[in-house]
Amino acid sequence: MALFEARNIHKRFGSSVVLEDISLSFEEGQVNGIMGPNGAGKTTCFHCLTGHYKPSRGSIVFDGTDITGKPPQRIARMGVSRSFQMMNLFDDACVIENIILALPEFRRRYAQVTSSVFNDKVLLTQAYEVLDQVGLLGQEWQPSLSLSYGNRRALEIGVALAANPRIVFLDEPTSGLGVEATRQLVKLIQKLRDRYTIVMIEHDMRFLFELADQISVIHWGQVIAQGTPDELQSNKWVQRSALGAVA
Amino acid sequence: MVTLSDISRRSGQWITPQIAVFALVLLSLPFWIGPIGLYQYIGVEIAIWIIFALGFNLLFGYTGLHSFGHGAYLGVGAYAFGLFQLHVGVSLFGGLLAAILAAGVAGAVVASFVSHRRGIYFALMTIAFGQLFWFGAVKMHWITGGEDGLLNIPRPDLNLGVTSFDLSGNTALYYLIATLVIVITILTWRAVNSPFGRILQAIRQNEVRASFIGYEVWWFKWVVFTLSAMFAGLAGGLFSMAQESAYPDVMSLHQSGLIVMMVLVGGGLVNFWGPILGVVLYFIARDVLGAITETWLLWYGLMFVAMVMFKPEGLAGFLAELKRPSEPETWTKPAEEQ
Repeated sequence: MALFEARNIHKRFGSSVVLEDISLSFEEGQVNGIMGPNGAGKTTCFHCLTGHYKPSRGSIVFDGTDITGKPPQRIARMGVSRSFQMMNLFDDACVIENIILALPEFRRRYAQVTSSVFNDKVLLTQAYEVLDQVGLLGQEWQPSLSLSYGNRRALEIGVALAANPRIVFLDEPTSGLGVEATRQLVKLIQKLRDRYTIVMIEHDMRFLFELADQISVIHWGQVIAQGTPDELQSNKWVQRSALGAVA
Repeated sequence: MVTLSDISRRSGQWITPQIAVFALVLLSLPFWIGPIGLYQYIGVEIAIWIIFALGFNLLFGYTGLHSFGHGAYLGVGAYAFGLFQLHVGVSLFGGLLAAILAAGVAGAVVASFVSHRRGIYFALMTIAFGQLFWFGAVKMHWITGGEDGLLNIPRPDLNLGVTSFDLSGNTALYYLIATLVIVITILTWRAVNSPFGRILQAIRQNEVRASFIGYEVWWFKWVVFTLSAMFAGLAGGLFSMAQESAYPDVMSLHQSGLIVMMVLVGGGLVNFWGPILGVVLYFIARDVLGAITETWLLWYGLMFVAMVMFKPEGLAGFLAELKRPSEPETWTKPAEEQ
């Protein structure tokens, strides 16, 4: 059984239908890609899968539990984590605090009103592990706003990983990145693929075809093709929509 | 740029040098307040409003929730204290506990309605609820005494079992309130540096991300709203004790606006000490400017406008820049040995 499954998801805003009968399935341990042109409904799909939007119809099942319509915080606590296309960090906080805030160990201490945060060895150790994973060691006490764009992307992913998730949704992780930063990100995701189930929305086809085990193509709010990168290159829908041209 | 979420070098300590200096200033105030041309009662007022402002800034500065109706809880506390003294029994602890609980309950009920809101909707709802309380205080004259309010509220003694202190004098009352201010300052300092406090600050910075990393944002908003209402209730109880009366004006929109102005002018958005500076500045402006001109509030208002336009970080932000004008924008790593 798939770790995460979306069945017949519909999402409409008033009279406009954004997602129509989307069914997706993500196996544990795989890197899954979602691609499609601008306005295809990819981010809306992510918003539905992670609880930001309630689907108009359909169901979402994570690890055998129906999570349809559950709020994002509850879905997050079950082990579903995500990053955002637009940078979504705690900008007044330094790098390590961004990570600490997302640690389940820290979340469990939510009601503590007198203990200290930044002298706690358990929290610091866990945060340093995540910073090591995303390559931000040495910059932990910098304000997150002072990081380079590429490093802020890495921190965005770090915050998602700090929650110790079973599945990570990354919304256009290469958005705004240069060639070198994208290369770094490829290395990072290759490093993470053994530990997490990853789902990525991506515009950069080379990036996606290089990393993904399975890819779903969304167009006009529907899944028009699904398969491995090799299968998709020969898919007539993909070729017709010119999405596979770079593959 | 200074921000409230800077990690203090001493974030793990209970009593920092600043807190020690603040306590010293507070406790020595009766000895120098007269010689500098002021009077003892202003110390009582400042101390009461510091309690109100510290609690309010947990909500306003730290969580980023703009309540414009917080005077209501000051008033609820004042009435609860007065009603307790007049109808239950003359007791300091009983009265203050009643003030805290009544304001806490009122805050919790309002928070249930507003904690799922943010931005302008949150702000407008707090004003609306604030006006409801004020209107209730004016109209329910059989409880509140209507527009006249509750008069001749006794000032109870401080009874510690083995000994008791007469609080009828302003100096004795001041020492009681100053002691409470010191305790509350230490507790709020610890709270804002604790996991709970850092989560509040995370919610201020990015409510959406906070929920996507698993926090029940509405619950934190509810708790901090209720807590700040309890602070306001305590301040209100002390206020009615000091004034020996409680009246609708205590919970008017005017008072709600004053606390916002004090916190903003003082720099509560960027510094823990901002609300305290704001309260002190307001009362000094009221008495010093007020001695010069009847239109002192106009000048204070103009100062507020100038502060918002040219120095939105407030007095605390201004002082922070004076202290370290050439420092680059780097953060302080907590000391390794802590």
